[in-house]
Amino acid sequence: MKNQSQVNGLLEPFRVLDIAGAEALVCGKILGDLGADVIKVERPGGDRARNIGPFYHDIPDPQKSLFWFAFNNNKRGITLDIETLDGQCLFRRLVETADFVVESFAPGYMDKLGLGYALLSAINPRIIMASITPFGQSGPYMDYKANDLVAWAMGGQTYLSGDPDRPPVQVTFPQAHVNASAQAAAAVLIAHYRREISGMGQHVDVSIQESVTYTLMNAQQYWDIPKIILKRSGCYRAGHAQGAMMRTVWQCRDGYVNLTILGGTIARLTIMPLVKWMKEQGAADEFLLSVDWANLDTHIVTQEFFDRIEEPVAKFLLLYTKAELYAEAIKRSFILYPVNSAGEVLADRQLAARDFWEHVDHSELGVQIVYPGAFFKSTEANGGIRFRAPLIGEHNLDIYEGELGLTPKQVASMKQANVI
Amino acid sequence: MENQALAGIRVADFTWFVAGPMTTRYISEHGAEVIKIESSSRIDPLRTGAPYGGGRPGINRSAYYADANRGKLSLGLNLSTIRGIELAKRLIATADIVTENFTPGTMEKWGLGYDELRKIKPDIIMFSTSQQGQTGPLAVHPALGTSLVSLAGFTHVTGWPDRPPTGLFGAYPDYISPPLAVAVIAAALDYRRRTGRGQHIDLSQYEASLLALAPFLLDYTANARENDRDGNRCDYAAPHGAFRCRGDDRWCAIAVSSDQEWREFCRVLGNPMWASEPRFVTLSGRKQNEADLERLIEEWTMDRSAEEIMALMQKAGVPAGVVQSSEDLRNDPQLMHREHLWILNHPEVGVHATTAPPFRFSKTPAKPGRPAPLLGEHNEYVCHKLLGMSDEEFVELLDAKVLE
Repeated sequence: MKNQSQVNGLLEPFRVLDIAGAEALVCGKILGDLGADVIKVERPGGDRARNIGPFYHDIPDPQKSLFWFAFNNNKRGITLDIETLDGQCLFRRLVETADFVVESFAPGYMDKLGLGYALLSAINPRIIMASITPFGQSGPYMDYKANDLVAWAMGGQTYLSGDPDRPPVQVTFPQAHVNASAQAAAAVLIAHYRREISGMGQHVDVSIQESVTYTLMNAQQYWDIPKIILKRSGCYRAGHAQGAMMRTVWQCRDGYVNLTILGGTIARLTIMPLVKWMKEQGAADEFLLSVDWANLDTHIVTQEFFDRIEEPVAKFLLLYTKAELYAEAIKRSFILYPVNSAGEVLADRQLAARDFWEHVDHSELGVQIVYPGAFFKSTEANGGIRFRAPLIGEHNLDIYEGELGLTPKQVASMKQANVI
Repeated sequence: MENQALAGIRVADFTWFVAGPMTTRYISEHGAEVIKIESSSRIDPLRTGAPYGGGRPGINRSAYYADANRGKLSLGLNLSTIRGIELAKRLIATADIVTENFTPGTMEKWGLGYDELRKIKPDIIMFSTSQQGQTGPLAVHPALGTSLVSLAGFTHVTGWPDRPPTGLFGAYPDYISPPLAVAVIAAALDYRRRTGRGQHIDLSQYEASLLALAPFLLDYTANARENDRDGNRCDYAAPHGAFRCRGDDRWCAIAVSSDQEWREFCRVLGNPMWASEPRFVTLSGRKQNEADLERLIEEWTMDRSAEEIMALMQKAGVPAGVVQSSEDLRNDPQLMHREHLWILNHPEVGVHATTAPPFRFSKTPAKPGRPAPLLGEHNEYVCHKLLGMSDEEFVELLDAKVLE
C-alpha cells in the first residue's frame, strides 16, 4: 500500500500488478479509471496484445495499437520476463507492496513459476489475485483453449444472435473478454472491501464462459421452466412474448432504427405516441387505431397480431431518416432510438453535453486522440483518463530503480539478460 | 453471513427493471442486506416478465424477476404518500447505500435526492443509474436496455455485411453496466471506510457500455474509419467462424490464429487435399479466399456433431466450442462443475434455477440466500425489527395503504 496523499480517485492508495493478456486488460483499466496505481507488466519487447489492431493511421507498430491504447490507459508500464528466476524474484518483490494481481495465464502456469496465489499470499497475505481464464481454474474444460469467439459461443450468446437463415453470429467487435474483465473488476473490489477490514486477501477465479452467460437475460429461465429454447431471431426479439416475436430493428430512409412495441403501462412511452403521430400524418390504419394499447399485454399476444402491427409501422418509418425519427421520438417522448454507427455516437449531443469525450495526450505521436471518457461520474472523484497507455518499458526506471532500488548497472544487466 | 465479503452492509434498494437489480444482486449475494422498496401502484415491470412459474403470469410468479432479485427483501411502500417518504427516510437512516434507477429527477421529486439524504445520513453512498445519465438534454428521455444497445453502436456492428444489422440478443447494456456499477460502489464503500465520506454516483449506462467498444471508437477518432458488421470473421485469424454441424441448427465455433493451429486443424480434418493448396497455406491466403475456405470446412463439419468437433479440435490444441443453446448450457459439464446454477424454491415460482456470479472467491464465497421476495414480504421484519416500529403504527400504516 502506498502512502495516502491527496485523493485523485477512489482507489488512489492502492496498487495493481496487471500481468494479464488481451483477455483481461479491461480489468486493470477499470481499476486504473477508479484511481488505482496500475502497473502493466509485459514481457520484454512488449505484450502480444500490442499486435491487435486497429492501429493508429494503420501503422502496425506495437506502440501504435489502438486496441492497446483503449484498454491500457491509466496504467504505467514495465517489462519483465517471469519465466526467468530473476524475473520471478522481481515479481515477488513487487507483490510485497501490491494490493491486487490480475493475470490470465492458463490454469497452473503461475503456480509452476512459483507465483501462484498460495505463494504470493505467503509473501503478502493482503494480496487479492484475480485469475481470468476461458473456463475457470478447474473442471473438465479447464485446459480447453478459447478465444473471444469460442467463449461467446460456449457461453450461449452466439446461439441467440443473428438471422435465422444464416449462422449464429458474434459482435464484430468481440465482447466476451470485456465482459469477463468487468466481472473481474467487480469481484476484486468486493473482495477488497472485505480485505481492508480483515487484512486477508483471497483468490478470485473468473470464468470467461460464465461471464458470457451472465448476459443472457431470461434465456436460461426459458429453458428452466417452460423448456423453451430461445433462438436467434434476426431483427426480431424473442423472449418477451411467449411464443411470438416482435420486430426491434426497422429500416428507415437512411439506415435503421430500434423500436420496441410494448403494451400496458409502458404503451404510452412506446406505441401510443407513434400511432398518434402516424394518425396526424394520415398513416395510421383502422386496426392500429382500434387497439387498446394501455391494456394490451404484449407478453401474451400472437404472432399474427405482431405482424399486423408491423406492416403500417414499417411503411411509415421508411419515410423518415434516423435523425428525423429520433428527434420526433424525443419531442413526443417515446422510445425509439437510432442504430448508431461510431461516427453517430461521436456526434451524440447528450454525450457532448456531459463532457464525455476526453482529449488524451499522445506526445509520442505528436497528437491528441479523442477517447471515450469516464464510465461513471461521482461527487467525490472523477473516473476519467489521467494518462495514455504506457510505451514498452516506459516506467522501468521509476519502478526498478526508483522503488526497488536497483542500480542503473543492475537494470542494464537485467535488460541485457532479457529479464526486463 | 459473517463469512461473506459484504456482511454488515445494508442497501435501501429503489431499483427496478434489470440494470439496477442485477447490480444490487452482487451485493446481496456477498452477504449484504438488500431491502427493495416496491409498490403495487408502481409495479417493477420485471415482475411481469416471462417466463412464469407454472406458466401463469402474476406479480410474484416471474422467473425472470426471481433470478435478478434472489437474496433480497421486499418492503411494500407507497412513495406517493408523505408518510411513505418518511418511512423510506427512516430506513435510509440505517442504510449504507441507496440505489435507484428511476428517471432522473424522480428521487428529488419525492424528497429523496442526494442533498436530502445527506442530511439524514452524511456519509450515505447514493448510486443512481439511468440510461443516459443524471444530467444533459436527454437525461429524462424514456429508455429501455433493448434500445440502448442500438444507440450505443452495438447493433450496427452485429450481423452480416450484406444485410440489415440484427444486433445481439437482448438488452445487452443492462448486463455490461452492472459489473462496472458494482466496481464503483465497492470502491466507494472502501473510500467511505477510509475517509468517512459518502458520495453520489451517477452511472450512465450509455457511457458505461461504450467502454466495451472503445477500440472501435478510437478507430473512428484517430483514423476516421467506420467499422461495419462482418459476421463472425476476424482480421487476423482464419478460419474464424461458426460452422454448421450435423443435426438441427447445430454449430461449432472454430478459431485458427497461428500456423501451428492451422497445421493441427488440418490434421484433425485428415489433411484433405484442398488444405495444402497454396492459397490456403498462409493466413493472408486464407483471408483472401475465406468464402471458399469456409465452404470447404463446412463440408467436413456437416458430417459430425458439434460436440465431437469441439473434442477433436481441443485435443489438438485448436480453439473450438459448441455454439451452445440454453439447453446445452444446462447440461454443460464445466458449468455444472462451477455450480453455475443455484436451484431455489420460491413459494409461487416453484423450484427454479438462478445464476451464480461468474467468479469464485477462495475464502468468502457468494451465496444465493433466500429466493426472490414476494411484494411486501418483509414489511414486518423491516418495520418491527429494523426500525423498532410499534404494532399500532404498523397497523395504522397498513390501513392508510402506506405499507402494502
